[in-house]
Amino acid sequence: MLPDAFRTAGSASFTEFLASHAPDQLPRARAEHTGALDGVTHGTTIVAATFPGGVVMAGDRRATMGNVIAQRDIQKVFQTDEFSCVGIAGTAGLAVEMTRLFQVELEHYEKIEGTVLSTDGKANRLATLIRGNLGMAMQGLAVVPLFAAYDLDLGVGRIFAFDVTGNRNEERTFHSVGSGSLFARGSLKKLYRDDLTERETVTAAVQALYDAADDDSATGGPDLARRIFPMVAVVTADGFHAYGQDETAAIADEVVAARLGAPDGPSAPLI
Amino acid sequence: MTQQFYVSPEQLMKDRADFARKGIARGRSVAVVRYADGILFVAENPSRALHKISEIYDRIGFAAVGRYNEFENLRIAGVRLADLRGYSYDRRDVTGRGLANAYAQTLGTIFSSGGEKPYEVELFVAELGDTPDGDQIYRLTYDGSVADVRGWGVMGGTTESVEQWFTDHYTPDLDLGGALTLARAALGHDDTAPRDVPAESLEVAVLDRSRGQLRKFKRLPDATVTELLEG
Repeated sequence: MLPDAFRTAGSASFTEFLASHAPDQLPRARAEHTGALDGVTHGTTIVAATFPGGVVMAGDRRATMGNVIAQRDIQKVFQTDEFSCVGIAGTAGLAVEMTRLFQVELEHYEKIEGTVLSTDGKANRLATLIRGNLGMAMQGLAVVPLFAAYDLDLGVGRIFAFDVTGNRNEERTFHSVGSGSLFARGSLKKLYRDDLTERETVTAAVQALYDAADDDSATGGPDLARRIFPMVAVVTADGFHAYGQDETAAIADEVVAARLGAPDGPSAPLI
Repeated sequence: MTQQFYVSPEQLMKDRADFARKGIARGRSVAVVRYADGILFVAENPSRALHKISEIYDRIGFAAVGRYNEFENLRIAGVRLADLRGYSYDRRDVTGRGLANAYAQTLGTIFSSGGEKPYEVELFVAELGDTPDGDQIYRLTYDGSVADVRGWGVMGGTTESVEQWFTDHYTPDLDLGGALTLARAALGHDDTAPRDVPAESLEVAVLDRSRGQLRKFKRLPDATVTELLEG
């Protein structure tokens, strides 16, 4: 028989249901039990940029564990519902779990209420989840996601960045998180224009990741030998779309070929 | 002093069953039909907001007749059960059979316990397989019994004449338009004189195998329904 908790009237939030019915399943409930911090996998750089009609998110594929490369083909950009995605940087295990919870949270609300959350509502839910991880962040296990969504009401792509306390700030143009984010942001600053096409925006994002990998040891560049390329996702009015290996390979090959002649990438005019 | 009269268990169960059946027969029928690419749910429901058909999980749909507050309660419980299981294990571990079992236990316990009145509801729980052979449709009644549905099923309202229409006209491998036309015609045969159910008052949803996403459930908007019925 379904336990009473399942049939009690309550909120449309899956996290709140977990908290009342199965608190041990919540990520934050386990915060106090963590001791050792060695051997933790970290994800590195995520970039996102808007273009007319949508938003692009891309992430490199490297996960590090101290000075060791833990994984060469980790996935750091996740679809969260039909019109949004999350890119994760920081402690991989916690970030992936938080993303899964966020995915269920959005879907649960949609099914219970019969309508989708507003884009701001989604961003606020994610902020709450991040704040719940503050205890872990204080122990050095921070999770800093980047959230990108297509807003059906406004008809534009939107980007939300967060800090470990769940402070949410919206970026209108482009943003980057993770260890290589300083370099990626500098790169995007010179390459980004708000009238680029989807394909051009993806190229700018791949360029930014190349620059991040160039200067940050924890960010992986395009791996030509193993054919591992950045993960690229686009969210438009048609919904979420993850680029296939062939599509990203074509763009990455183009970027790498151009860098063979000009290792620092395309140059911007001085004035 | 009040006197307790003896009522035999047979009589008690019969009374409770009659009570539940009467409640269920009051509304309009809901039909479920298997077609080439999936499973179709059709209900006559003038309300746009209060649904009789819903998504439970990636490949699992739900349809109900009877008292709204009771089946809504069961629907939410099902969504919670499925989401909790999918979150703690994996999305592939959420099955229609597991859900049908949980519903059967719940309905059965409520029906035979003296304290609560029986639920006046009947449910379809449908699970879409990877191939048509894997499709599963369960029909659950107010007393917790479960039946397998093959091809098509109807519940609620006056079902005999609707069932007869399906028996006479259903063929496997219908396309979506064909299945919808059949279901609409069948739902119109719930009275002495057949009537045309207006397309706007149909609530239609599908579990569509050809849908590219994990979540196969999709509501069909009025425009699509009209188009399918005309095509």
